[in-house]
Amino acid sequence: MELLEAIILSVLAASTPLLIAATGELVTERSGVLNLGVEGMMIVGAACGFGGALYTGSITVGALCGIVAGTLLALIFALMTLGLAVNQVATGLALTILGIGLSGLIGAGFVGERITPAPHLRVPGLTDLPYLGRILFGEDAFVYVSLFLIVGIWWFLYRTRAGLILRACGDNHLSAHALGYPVLRIRLFAVMFGGACAGLAGAYLPLAYTPFFIPGMTAGRGWIALALVVFASWRPARLVVGAYLFGTVTILQLHAQGAGIGVPSQFMSALPYLATVIVLVLISRARTGGSTAPAALGTVFVPDR
Amino acid sequence: MRTTFLAAAAAALLLAGGISGSASAADKLKVGFIYVGPVGDLGWTYQHDQARQAVLKEFGDKVETTYLENVSEGPDAERSIEQLVRAGNKLIFTTSFGYMDPTLKVAKKYPNVHFEHATGFKKDKNMSIYNGRFYEGRYIQGVIAGKMSKAGVLGYIGSFPIPEVIMGINATIIGAQTINPNIKVKIIWANTWFDPGKEADAAKALIDQGADVIMQHTDSPAAMQVASERGKLAFGQDSEMIKFGPKTQLTSIIDNWAPYYIARVKAELDGTWASEDTWGGLKAKTVVMAPYTNMPDDVKKLAEDTEAAIIAGKLFPFKCPVIGQDGKEVECKGDHLDDGQVLGMNFYVKGIDDKVPGK
Repeated sequence: MELLEAIILSVLAASTPLLIAATGELVTERSGVLNLGVEGMMIVGAACGFGGALYTGSITVGALCGIVAGTLLALIFALMTLGLAVNQVATGLALTILGIGLSGLIGAGFVGERITPAPHLRVPGLTDLPYLGRILFGEDAFVYVSLFLIVGIWWFLYRTRAGLILRACGDNHLSAHALGYPVLRIRLFAVMFGGACAGLAGAYLPLAYTPFFIPGMTAGRGWIALALVVFASWRPARLVVGAYLFGTVTILQLHAQGAGIGVPSQFMSALPYLATVIVLVLISRARTGGSTAPAALGTVFVPDR
Repeated sequence: MRTTFLAAAAAALLLAGGISGSASAADKLKVGFIYVGPVGDLGWTYQHDQARQAVLKEFGDKVETTYLENVSEGPDAERSIEQLVRAGNKLIFTTSFGYMDPTLKVAKKYPNVHFEHATGFKKDKNMSIYNGRFYEGRYIQGVIAGKMSKAGVLGYIGSFPIPEVIMGINATIIGAQTINPNIKVKIIWANTWFDPGKEADAAKALIDQGADVIMQHTDSPAAMQVASERGKLAFGQDSEMIKFGPKTQLTSIIDNWAPYYIARVKAELDGTWASEDTWGGLKAKTVVMAPYTNMPDDVKKLAEDTEAAIIAGKLFPFKCPVIGQDGKEVECKGDHLDDGQVLGMNFYVKGIDDKVPGK
């Protein structure tokens, strides 16, 4: 039972950065913009987040630095794709390269430093409850923020007028434009939100997960977040399931190896990705609620004046 | 993907900006380095760059060094090596296993340039190979772990099941068995050299499953940090990691390429450079043990004695009989396994309750 608790705690920690980054990307894509620069925004968020926490000693300031850094990078992307109508795929990839280089530059002075990681919640009485106490009431703030965020986004997208308009921009920007909605401005906000989330997700890594900064420490998590959005068929509820499923498979395969369960480790390392492919096939085969990609995803919009 | 992009970017930069040999440095020896990771990785590449800086310090204005970091293994490597040649570098160190064939190819094309390739096995008239006997350090770590583990369970994070890593696991367990014949080791393969998050998760999993001494063959200090958080013990990897676990690190195997790099640059300057095959260990100081910390004096003494015995050539980690998992002795010609057998090691020794992946 103790082992199970430990596994669940590890899964929550491993899933949280994926969930935060994917939430941001989901909103961006729902507005019709495909930003492949998540990995780049994450790693810059990690470098700036760590720097902020290192110099001020505050995890909150660190997280804010990460958010600001991610947003700034997203603004570059917005300037290119929304302002100058450049190809989104190419710009996104370029953003990743830029981000990785930039983070190395920013973080060069941080290598070898360490900080005190984000504290875990402690509610007297509740946290000490057997089995569920630590899981429900003993996480760091990022875990709770990630859950509030995704619930908030679900509510925003499906229960508010603004969310409906944002989805309209993603499904048919011409109609939204004809109805008088400022498509580009809405997309700008969506891209900025995506950058903020990616920055926060990146900052989570050095602030809570492994409390030091090393160039390249996101190690491809931005790409996983991108895959998760597709895996979730652009729906917040499925995104939660996907992120935790991914985390679970990753952690379980490590435990299976340690316990000497005789499945090749290479296969088990590939399992999360295999699961993604299988779920994608299942989703696309299901007639009800099949592929729900925003219809205008990745297309350039130039308003006629 | 990351390194591919970076290398592509680096190549593009090189093509655009050019690192053409400047005329002012005509009488300086130009030495080039190709790194697989960032110089700030605090591990493998960091140590190579430390050695490069040692070369600069040693020879001052007689040499000029250039390095390219984050060069992916494969076709990009060939282009990058060739760039260094064209920029006038006369001695080029390529510091990862995957650069073996690209280096060989470029070496054949430019017979007047000298190449040094780390950890590979292909040599040529103008291409030397060099490596470190890190397994000697692993044996000492095994002895320490055997003494320090209260649970009798060690946690080992592997990168990829290649001979280099497997010989490390075997050396560790053989060392530990000299203290505790029933020692157990739990092995988790991360299937990556570098992913701090995953390395941390693997360390957590090992500790949750009862291991109390953690060691790794991956590159970041994440495992050390987790062990420190959980109040367990751990060994560093590649470089000094005591900062990440002041009360945790027992010792660390430090890759110390400086003596070798200085010797090779000196040979090049003197005009005595020749193609060689160097596999230095503790004795050659290619492998250096970080100070023995967080252990009682008797264990420290034992570790120091073990180190001294290996240096003196009295103790061989793979001394015969080496017994495989099937209980059979491994064929042995001398009193210890020869270098070829160690370099090609693809089996676990007796006492490891696991299987080599893919076998």
